[in-house]
Amino acid sequence: MTIRNPLRDHGQRYRPRIACLKKVEKVLLEMQDLKTGVKSQPQRLVITTIPHAITGEDIISWLADRFQVDTQEARSFGSMLVALGYIYPLQDHKRLVIKPDASLYRFQTPYFWPTQQWPVEDTDYAIYLAKRNIRKKGILELHEQEHYNRLHKWMNHKWDFIVMQAKEQYRAAKERKKPDRVVFDCQERAYWVVHRPPPGTVSAMDYGLDRLIDPNADEMIFTQQSIMRPRVKSSVSIGALVKYCATYNSHDPFLSKCLPSNPWLTDDVTYWTLNMPYVEMPTKMRVERWTFSFAELLSDPRGRNDFRLFLKKEFSGENLAFWESCEDLKWGEAATMSEKAEHIYKTFLARGAPRWINIDGKTMEITVKGLKHPHRYVLDAAQTHIYMLMKKDSYGRYQKSPVFKETVKKAICPEEHHFTDAQLEQNAKKRRPSLSPIILRQMEQEQRAKMAATVDITQVMSKLSKQRKEAPPPPCPPPCPPPKK
Amino acid sequence: MRSPLIPEMATQEVQLNETLTHLKTESETLKSKLEDERAKLHDVELHQVAEKVEGLGQFVMKTRRTLKGHGNKVLCMDWCKDKRRIVSSSQVTHFMLLKTFMLLEHAVTMPCTWVMACAYAPSGCAVACGGLDNKCSVYPLSLDKNENLAAKKKSVAMHTNYLSACSFTNSDMQILTSSGDGTCALWDVESGQLLQSFHGHAADVLCLDLAPSETGNTFVSGGCDKKANVWDMRSGQCIQSFETHESDINSVRYYPSGDAFASGSDDATCRLYDLRADREVAIYSKESIIFGVSSVDFSLSGRLLFGGYNDYTINVWDVLKGTRVSILFGHENRVSTLRVSPDGTAFCTGSWDHTLRIWA
Repeated sequence: MTIRNPLRDHGQRYRPRIACLKKVEKVLLEMQDLKTGVKSQPQRLVITTIPHAITGEDIISWLADRFQVDTQEARSFGSMLVALGYIYPLQDHKRLVIKPDASLYRFQTPYFWPTQQWPVEDTDYAIYLAKRNIRKKGILELHEQEHYNRLHKWMNHKWDFIVMQAKEQYRAAKERKKPDRVVFDCQERAYWVVHRPPPGTVSAMDYGLDRLIDPNADEMIFTQQSIMRPRVKSSVSIGALVKYCATYNSHDPFLSKCLPSNPWLTDDVTYWTLNMPYVEMPTKMRVERWTFSFAELLSDPRGRNDFRLFLKKEFSGENLAFWESCEDLKWGEAATMSEKAEHIYKTFLARGAPRWINIDGKTMEITVKGLKHPHRYVLDAAQTHIYMLMKKDSYGRYQKSPVFKETVKKAICPEEHHFTDAQLEQNAKKRRPSLSPIILRQMEQEQRAKMAATVDITQVMSKLSKQRKEAPPPPCPPPCPPPKK
Repeated sequence: MRSPLIPEMATQEVQLNETLTHLKTESETLKSKLEDERAKLHDVELHQVAEKVEGLGQFVMKTRRTLKGHGNKVLCMDWCKDKRRIVSSSQVTHFMLLKTFMLLEHAVTMPCTWVMACAYAPSGCAVACGGLDNKCSVYPLSLDKNENLAAKKKSVAMHTNYLSACSFTNSDMQILTSSGDGTCALWDVESGQLLQSFHGHAADVLCLDLAPSETGNTFVSGGCDKKANVWDMRSGQCIQSFETHESDINSVRYYPSGDAFASGSDDATCRLYDLRADREVAIYSKESIIFGVSSVDFSLSGRLLFGGYNDYTINVWDVLKGTRVSILFGHENRVSTLRVSPDGTAFCTGSWDHTLRIWA
């Protein structure tokens, strides 16, 4: 693994494998086209004439035109080109952004492009700093001075070589014509601003951690299996995706109004208060979601409670209880798994079990066999069977039941908020942190304990009163529908 | 490679090379056969079906909160199920819990740099995180602000390389992790036991996402080998694989119905894969977008896809029509992480500019 520990590499920041660079280069070539590229002209800067200078506003308008985007996006794109070092500013050279005015820029020579194969070595940087030092003492900025001192320390053993190279480059530069020298100095300076950025600036060369690449292993068997895999026609599956969007469109806070208001926009938390997990009266939108799919009903705690109430009235509450126990087994702790499996068997599956569930013979056989060596997925077949039963039968009847109709009637439809600016300010001032989930969990546990206690008492009481009135009818669960395959 | 001294070894080497080439050609043939099979049932394109769908209006999405507090690059964040709290982690030794209206609740120091993954437990009472330490640790949360959370931490996952992503399953008891060592794994939190491991990626696995509840028991992962794999959590088998990206896949996210997933890659595109049709059905790209996507997420209805990019912007896509709806500016460095809140009312982005932003 080639993760480079930043503490040990003495600043050797190797050439990054940034995927976008090849695409950027294509854009750069287009930009430099004599006929269709960004228009350039020689510009006078102080006493020298710089050839092929381009203005910021020209770059931005060229990009906006080329990619058919607005100025803001073109400016953002242009700034990335500067940040990567393909274009450099002539004035204010340390700020690698595009200014939308007559500020001057030039295209960087390909020798200094970031895609070059060689890494940006500290040796080169040391030579560059030394060269500048030779030209004029004290010209180095503070951070450059610090780099220089650090490199001098780490590269002490080859410092003679570095100074020699610096002197040689300085001498060779003096023999060039003045305009060429000025241009080269600008290019080189820009290169080092990109690769050794001043402190406190964002560097586009910063790419995070290195990654590892390996050639592919053997995957032929997998491909063969994939070929045999059953597929659905695109029109069917894509149709389903489109339908899903349409169904949930009015429930998506980004697409439709959030009633009464989106808390992030108005700082009013009524929306969240009305939609707490175990609220007494749910909102109409929430109840509507329960009708979209069985999974929606089950995943909402309030919906599941409603469904549980309905099942109790139908005397088929054991199905839901069984499903919940299976979920608990699947996602629970490994340590208590065997005990849980045992408990589930005794409660739901064994002959004469107190909450016996009705599954077909074959599934029962597989399940009981699997329970001899329980693992977390041992009840999968039974769970799926019961889930499908509830989905195809109970769910439909639930939606037509008095329990559901009652809930729909009681459901709230809050009025939309219309806050004035002054009220919004007030709301912002009244922001408070919400209850910690830890406290909420404690409260939930207390509530569940209370509910379990009340249920027992009422059952006992009703039994006692019935015994007093008449002989109690034998407990007789309604005939179960034939199990679906 | 040193040239063999013995002639027999030379012939063996040549034979080996021939076998490898032969295998490679066979592999290529099989792959193109797979593409042919996939194409047989492909009778319509997504944008064709979407033509009948109403277009989206103009969007006004703005930063509603800016959260400063990390002194360093924000690498990852996750929402709590209560829709208001988040946990975020950064480049240098911290993860932070933030109450979103919005104050710093807790900052925890971790003994490693680059905490690349963090996740909130479904109960909201614990968080998990990890990174260059190759581990994923779970920290039970406390009501006491001054308590040292690091003292109670549990080391759960152990990989042989950096941890790139982690996620709790449907309970606080299990964690799914992905790693730079090329594998994903399912762990029991209490005991730290490895429950299942998933092998199949040929390079670093960078991201993962669990399927929504009803379709349960599967998850998707994306890696540096340009592949997005769908796995069966029970058997550890890879059940579907998609290889259409041209570069590392940085982020994968399921469509809310669980029948599709989106991916974001260094090749500057986001793509939508339909699991039932077993193919890629949309590419979200623009000529002017050339910088990699670091993270993606869907809005509640699945109509919008939000992507955080390495050029500091966020692009919002119309999933059905394939067009870009909006581009958002604001961050001053790479957007490294993006998640929509559990009730879809907002999304949060974390960036290398040390801040997190909530957009709505």
